[in-house]
Amino acid sequence: MSSQGERSAAIADQERIEMLRTMVRIRKFESVIQNKFADAEVPGFLHLYIGQEAIATGVCQALEERDYLTSTHRGHGHCIARGLETDRMAAELYGKETGYCKGKGGSMHIADVNAGMLGANGIVAGGIPIATGAALSAKMRDTDEVAVSFFGDGALSEGAFHESFNQAGIWDLPLLGIVENNQYGEMTGLEEQHPPSALDDLTIYGEPYGVTRMRVDGMDVEAVYEATLEAVEQARNGDGPALIECVGYRFEGHHEGDSQFYRPDGELEEWKQRDPLLTYPRKLIDDGVLTEEEHQEIEAEIEAEIEDAIEFARNSDYPDPQQAYEGVYSDGGEQA
Amino acid sequence: MSTAAGDVEEMAVRDVINQTLGEEMERDDRVYIQGIDVSGRGGTSNILKGLDDRFGTDRVRNTPISEVSMVGSGLGAAATGMRPVVEVMYCGFLGVAGDQLLNQVAKMRYMFGGELDLPMVIRTKNVMGANAAAQHSQALHHWLAAIPGLKVVCTSTPADTKGLLKAAVRSDDPVIVFEHGGVYNRKAEVPTEDYVYEIGEAAIERPGDDVTVVATQNQLWNALEAADRLSAEGISVEVVNPRTISPLDTETIVESARKTGRCVVVDDTPLSYGTQSQLSATISEGAFWDLDLPVKRLGVDNVPIPFSPTLEDEVIPGTDDVVDAILDLA
Repeated sequence: MSSQGERSAAIADQERIEMLRTMVRIRKFESVIQNKFADAEVPGFLHLYIGQEAIATGVCQALEERDYLTSTHRGHGHCIARGLETDRMAAELYGKETGYCKGKGGSMHIADVNAGMLGANGIVAGGIPIATGAALSAKMRDTDEVAVSFFGDGALSEGAFHESFNQAGIWDLPLLGIVENNQYGEMTGLEEQHPPSALDDLTIYGEPYGVTRMRVDGMDVEAVYEATLEAVEQARNGDGPALIECVGYRFEGHHEGDSQFYRPDGELEEWKQRDPLLTYPRKLIDDGVLTEEEHQEIEAEIEAEIEDAIEFARNSDYPDPQQAYEGVYSDGGEQA
Repeated sequence: MSTAAGDVEEMAVRDVINQTLGEEMERDDRVYIQGIDVSGRGGTSNILKGLDDRFGTDRVRNTPISEVSMVGSGLGAAATGMRPVVEVMYCGFLGVAGDQLLNQVAKMRYMFGGELDLPMVIRTKNVMGANAAAQHSQALHHWLAAIPGLKVVCTSTPADTKGLLKAAVRSDDPVIVFEHGGVYNRKAEVPTEDYVYEIGEAAIERPGDDVTVVATQNQLWNALEAADRLSAEGISVEVVNPRTISPLDTETIVESARKTGRCVVVDDTPLSYGTQSQLSATISEGAFWDLDLPVKRLGVDNVPIPFSPTLEDEVIPGTDDVVDAILDLA
């Protein structure tokens, strides 16, 4: 695994601050939503990304606006890192008509196709074939666009992963798979999900498909960023797909309400020592990129933004019930 | 519906598919084909033969044997500027691509707020009477028609194959086109001009007064033959081709039922929960007070399709069965 110490010299200060801001935005958004969910203001299911912020942030920082991405059931971080607005995201989570999907998708299906965000997805590995198609389309249209698919370690056990990367390997597609190894597939640990031969390097599943394989510390935003830059450049140059395993940890349960019976004592506390929301600001301050005061300002500014986003969601209208019948097809409504 | 009044050409269904896709690929660079053996062999029924020479293997693209990624990557391509036509060899293989069809293709537009165009066609075929055994012999349009978000058409004649396939390729929604192995070699006149049959419109294939038969695909040909036979006995049969299974043209079907007061519905899906049940319910709801007798359903008996010809013939309705059903009502 590459570590941040040897790599970060080349990253511009502005980009480092931007990455910090993105991580803070994801953490604060989700922490507030977590409370609103507990207060029963937010309906449905909630899968939090807390702990994995460095992954979405590092990856999306390396992308261009013209690139595509698909996400997962744990998708808020990917959306925010992609630049989606927290007010329309909050509105979607609240089921309001001002949400990204007009209240038809909710937490697991936020999408903004105009921003290249081809959707969070409630089915494990469900987005990988879609990203593969975006990569195919990019190639057939003779562009240098790249498609990135985020998925968890659990998705490596799904046929959709294997079919897609096999196809991407044969066709040399500009497809980048981000394996977010957060140590658990739902509520079952890695060792019950994969054979011992795969545990030390989950990118081994990409080996027969000829993908470029990288493995990075998923708590280190700069390591993620630099690995992604390299993979994206390769894909843009027509040199085919890549798979990056980002090794991290899910600080919250599989979903809210999960008792987390399966965590060994002390494991969470140990990973929290490496929380990127603690380590990265400290690093930027140590490197002289940021002052303590500036860090506090960022925190306060984003806190206010999230408060506004929640107010926007609360104050927005629920969709008119008749809207349930709209948007099934291009000609509008439901079928006769 | 724009129908042609000009020149016609006698063609087999299989040649119509090749010609139509060729025309659509000429018309729009974004249209491309992907599936198993689509290049070289020309797809599993050799129907696409020669399109690879005309358009290249980039646009007539062989995939690995991977129904999930074949369908799913078609969806991703459709969402990002292409207009894929995916061939799934037999409808029984749609099950392999189950999640992509059920949860991705069908729901993407709606879940994302209703504005994302997904111009995607999935061509597959129902098969009956080919002694191909249960995994390769089935009709499954009722399965996909039960999923809101998919449009499902059944092609039956050379003329509707052209009109419906063109409509499907030009649609901004996912359209599942069910062909039928039993009609690929059927010939009839096809207008030579460019036309589409609107998705969601049924057709009266043969007007009549005494009994309505609503029939799809191979059963449509059986119904037309039955109508011919019975006209000699003085029974006037109206034959309705739904063309689209979802959305169903309720109005045309109900109107015919109200006129004749007697209906047979015949289709190759299993009788339990098959297309016949939807058609029958639609007719009963819309034409109840005009019906003289209950709607009669004909379909495949509730067994997997057996291999041996004597067994297979037993469970699939044929022309004689359609004749008997009409006589029961007439």
